[in-house]
Amino acid sequence: MTIATDPPKESFRLSMLINDTRYRSYTFQAIALLALIVIFSILGNNLAQNLAAAGLNISYEFLGDPAGYDINQQPIPYDSQSTHMRASIVGALNTLIVAFLACVTATIFGVIAGVLRLSNNWIISKLMSLYVEAFRNVPVLIWIIIIFTVTANVFPQPREFRGDNPTASMVGEAVAFTNRGVYVPKPVFESGGWLVVGVFLASIAGIFLWRRYARNVLFDTGRVVPVFLPSLAIFFVPALVAYFVLGRPIGLEYPELRGFNFQGGLTIRGSLIALWFALAIYTGAFIAENVRAGILAISKGQTEAAAALGLRSGRIMNLVILPQALRVIIPPLISQYLNITKNSSLAIAVGYMDLTGTLGGITLNQTGRAIESVLLLMLFYLTFSLAISALMNVYNNSIKLKER
Amino acid sequence: MSDTHAQTVAFVRHTEIPPAPPPPGQAGAVKWMRENLFSGWFNTIMTLLGIYIIYSLVMGIFPWIANGVWGVDNIRECREITQGNGGACFAVIEQRWQQLLFGFEYPSTEYWRPTLAFVLLFVAVAPVLFLNLPRAMLVFTGIYPFLAYFLIWGGTILIPITAMLGFVAGYFAFKQLERNSFAVGLFGAVAAALITWWVTGFIVDAAPNLLALPEVASRNMGGFMLNMILGTVCVSLSLPIGIALALGRQSHMPIIKWICVVFIEFIRGVPLITLLFVANVVLAYFFPPETSLDLILRVIIMITMFSSAYIAEVIRGGLAALPRGQYEAADSLGLDYAQATRLIIMPQALKISIPGIVNVAVGLFKDTTLVSVISMFDLVGMIRGPILSSTDWAGVYWELWAFASVLFFVVCYGISQYSQWLERKLQTGHR
Repeated sequence: MTIATDPPKESFRLSMLINDTRYRSYTFQAIALLALIVIFSILGNNLAQNLAAAGLNISYEFLGDPAGYDINQQPIPYDSQSTHMRASIVGALNTLIVAFLACVTATIFGVIAGVLRLSNNWIISKLMSLYVEAFRNVPVLIWIIIIFTVTANVFPQPREFRGDNPTASMVGEAVAFTNRGVYVPKPVFESGGWLVVGVFLASIAGIFLWRRYARNVLFDTGRVVPVFLPSLAIFFVPALVAYFVLGRPIGLEYPELRGFNFQGGLTIRGSLIALWFALAIYTGAFIAENVRAGILAISKGQTEAAAALGLRSGRIMNLVILPQALRVIIPPLISQYLNITKNSSLAIAVGYMDLTGTLGGITLNQTGRAIESVLLLMLFYLTFSLAISALMNVYNNSIKLKER
Repeated sequence: MSDTHAQTVAFVRHTEIPPAPPPPGQAGAVKWMRENLFSGWFNTIMTLLGIYIIYSLVMGIFPWIANGVWGVDNIRECREITQGNGGACFAVIEQRWQQLLFGFEYPSTEYWRPTLAFVLLFVAVAPVLFLNLPRAMLVFTGIYPFLAYFLIWGGTILIPITAMLGFVAGYFAFKQLERNSFAVGLFGAVAAALITWWVTGFIVDAAPNLLALPEVASRNMGGFMLNMILGTVCVSLSLPIGIALALGRQSHMPIIKWICVVFIEFIRGVPLITLLFVANVVLAYFFPPETSLDLILRVIIMITMFSSAYIAEVIRGGLAALPRGQYEAADSLGLDYAQATRLIIMPQALKISIPGIVNVAVGLFKDTTLVSVISMFDLVGMIRGPILSSTDWAGVYWELWAFASVLFFVVCYGISQYSQWLERKLQTGHR
């Protein structure tokens, strides 16, 4: 009779650090850590030597000094006496503005192109393929510059709007396309204006509540509560009522030709337009591919099964295809948004004053604080990207297929 | 009863009616158009809209090309000839194509060198891209980097040859020592290469001008050639680094894993342009005071870091897509980590991730235009700088940008078509 016994306990020997797979990983990690420390200390040492030789130091005090340069698009008040810090904040806001605009527009372009590329219409699907391939395969920098050139050379000059017999005219007396930018009416809030906006936002929340209510009623009692028309009513009625009850507190300020240029209204500069549309069209081509892939990923059996259950085609789309396709589409969509944000740093090529143009451009050149500026620049983009990625992970986990 | 029957059946057909052709609306082009272009009011509107868009595109572009002007010296002569008929000034491309392709400082007598290097690139890449070509061609792929360096940068042939000798020595040392263990082989290879370089260094010093081509400094590289150099060098360098990073990120050793994670996430979180700023103004601070790396090398370092992080993520996807059983099967055969990775895991993971790698490569190639922002004269930099600001050609936008777009489109579209072809070919059927 044999008795299973534990093997004799081996005592730890030094050679096991190399030969025993249980301990070898510690050796490797120690080596890696050591190598890392050595590399960093060499780099740090070089840095210290070079800085000392150049008579520099690492300091962020320059952020408090007056910047001394102008920024042509100011979402918050700024003048040339403001600090570098404020210039950077203005730049960061400009980055976010163009990124937001481009994300929204790119999504619209991408969804339209992606859906139309799957259309039965031969001409339309070929046109959309042409769009996707043409824009995907040419660098975005070239597109930005081309569109910038268009706005600067094809649009009329402001003086062509003048005189009794102008060669150019404003669209609907409200929007003027000039080579200095596009002038659009600007909303002016008088007292109570924000209340209207608040009511409007509340009514959007109301739409969601109504939808949830309709869904609950449907699930509990089987009674179908209409959704579309009440939503439409909730969307328009309270805001319009508030608008007129409060005495039209939101007006529009139209751009007007005064002297050599347009005054008033909101100016969208050519650089913003170039960056916005180039990013939107370029990324839209990628999003179109994602959307197409997402829709194609849903097998035809799903549609047929839904049809066999007696669902109408609109409901098949809403209840069966879209929820599944979105699961495929959304993750790459978010990473396209991140790409837009990162590509918006190309603003520097057309002189749009985003963070790269202010902190990484003029501030860096004026103060010579290369290391600090580039570090802050990277930190901003990194924080933004990581925050979005974190949100995306939360979302991905929430829509993940729930399996056992 | 039989009466009525006899009367009703007056005629019985004995032969089959020959099949009639379908009605004209249901066959051929008409049917196709009905189904594909005019199947409903919405589709009809879309079709008409599409035709209108095509019409306006053609009417916009056709006169531009057809009335194009060739063979004049500057934009004024060109404008005189076109007289506002919408013709293009293709003369600018005719006059400046060398600058657009090679930059404005590359000696014009040496243009054959980068051209030859470009042509040979196809020979070198072919066995990697097309697996049915003879494997012996891979030898040329191995030689190519050194040959290309020699052709483009010039100088004595001894430098690339000794560099290659070092790699060859390392390879043989690895083959010899590999059966002890992977790590011993690796260290042996590195040692052999270093020793070879040290020894042959004396030979290079002794004969600095043997078989030398005229030397061209890095700062004289420009035009589309610079984009090609940056693209190919950085992609090929970042492949091994990306594989190492991906393996590191999958590793069970926490320290190594976290080093890789931090590196990858950091690089992927920042725009390439900030990394180019680093190359331009910061990187020099981190090297010993006496060294002076030229800008192109610093840019190559940063772009390689950039693309290796993206390639690492693609390969990690490939690793994750491998069934768990493959890892376990390799373990149960008694293979150690290096063997399992090299023989079982990597071949499959790389096969899965080839389309992704190609996408990264295309994206990277397009991104090489960003170097124009840090005042390097690549294709975009050439157009924006020397050409558009010259008195002869200031104002010729469309022709130049169209030229640049077409160059990039041809390369990128070609690569992506290859990737799609490969994807179809690699699809093993069971899905």
